[in-house]
Amino acid sequence: MKILYFAWLRQRIGTDTEEFVLPNEIETVEDLINWLITRGSGYADAFAKPEIIRAAVNLEYVSFDHSLDDEDEVAFFPPVTGG
Amino acid sequence: MIKVQKEDFNISEEIESLTNGDSAIGAISTFVGLVRDQDNSEVPTSVLKSMTLEHYPAMTEKKLLEIETEAKSRWNIKSSLIIHRYGQLELGEKIVFVACASSHRQDAFDACNFLMDWLKTEAPFWKLEETHSGNDWVDKRESDDKAAERWK
Repeated sequence: MKILYFAWLRQRIGTDTEEFVLPNEIETVEDLINWLITRGSGYADAFAKPEIIRAAVNLEYVSFDHSLDDEDEVAFFPPVTGG
Repeated sequence: MIKVQKEDFNISEEIESLTNGDSAIGAISTFVGLVRDQDNSEVPTSVLKSMTLEHYPAMTEKKLLEIETEAKSRWNIKSSLIIHRYGQLELGEKIVFVACASSHRQDAFDACNFLMDWLKTEAPFWKLEETHSGNDWVDKRESDDKAAERWK
């Protein structure tokens, strides 16, 4: 699985991309977030307010109950502020 | 057409190319978004030094195309263009350009409005403001959500 982080999530986590094999117990985006926050204080800080974070799987916005596959590209980012 | 680019662009050239000799086009509506200073009436000089726009390239392209397709399905648009810049921009520089060409003005006005409202809430761009007192990520505005909501 490929995970991308943008804006202040990227800064807090300290990387913009990482790849790893999806652990078996992770089924949804929410599971993934809960697993990521155990990986270090940067992650815990980035996901401290999960309600404001948006997730995209394979370039589409998804809700946190979306099921994940090991081939997915998952992105986490703050609310968008373009335009 | 969608253009996501670092470089600046020439508004008149972009508008000219939009019509492309199509004599059925009778109206072109455009919007230009610029880097502006922060609203701070207590500080007379500029607060903002520059702004950096970050984006998620593959998703940006996909989302902008979807938004453009949606606009064309709702209004009678002959031709449209969205240009969005990324990277570091100075005060006053152009960030975004939206143009819609149609036979009559109302389609062009409405589609242009819609494209900007949806782009604001759907396109994965983030603004980092570089000020004299540090750098801050721009927060989303509730008014942008409300503006997008009216088209649903």
